[in-house]
Amino acid sequence: MDLSLSTETIGDRTVVRVGGEIDVYTAPKLREQLVELVNDGNFHLVVDMEGVDFLDSTGLGVLVGGLKRVRAHEGSLRLVCNQERILKIFRITGLTKVFPIHTSVEEAVQATD
Amino acid sequence: MAIVELRFSALPEHVRTARLVAAAVARRAGVDEAVLDEVRLAVGEACSRAVGLHQSSGITAPVKVALIEEEKQFSIEVGDEAPHASSSDTPGGAQDVEADVEEDEMGLAVISGLVDDVEVTTGQDGGRIRMTWPTAPPAVALL
Repeated sequence: MDLSLSTETIGDRTVVRVGGEIDVYTAPKLREQLVELVNDGNFHLVVDMEGVDFLDSTGLGVLVGGLKRVRAHEGSLRLVCNQERILKIFRITGLTKVFPIHTSVEEAVQATD
Repeated sequence: MAIVELRFSALPEHVRTARLVAAAVARRAGVDEAVLDEVRLAVGEACSRAVGLHQSSGITAPVKVALIEEEKQFSIEVGDEAPHASSSDTPGGAQDVEADVEEDEMGLAVISGLVDDVEVTTGQDGGRIRMTWPTAPPAVALL
């Protein structure tokens, strides 16, 4: 399965809905999307991972890169994920301490801290 | 011992194929269903790493994956032909090398976090990652 990407603006947040598999082949597309959003002045991103079937370290690298970019503009990058198999990858790499992970887009959009 | 071997050109689009084949063979070998996600992720990480090493070193040889079914255990070996001893011949600027090394380490970190029994060997002629999982004997022959 390929990667699907769509974006939506909710208030001052930009929600990126990701579907499919994020791996060494598809991760560059996600990277391009995040870079483009930041270049266009969207500094508060919510990445909705609920439609993601597979995530590897290349995908993690892209998310960390996105976080670095928005932080350079005092922005934020929040994740939405309820899938245990995906959450496990964030846990074993210690990235649960780096990314705020929410259970719904609504919760992520309203979060302020 | 039964073996399935896979060789693929060092291209990112083939890593998914390696994941699918590895998961199918692991399931057939009797690896617990709950662990198959880990097998899929670990073999993907090892293959992505090998593809990256081949590409950054300009190696045209394919990446090799061996899926080995033995009594009570299932192993996956992913072999690359990248020389690991020195990176001084690597094409590209110092920053590229640094970024590659970081991604390489992240992949290995995921593998070692996922797999209890993992062995990484490297040398002048290439490297190899061997990962092993226990298998349950098939209770009933389904086919």
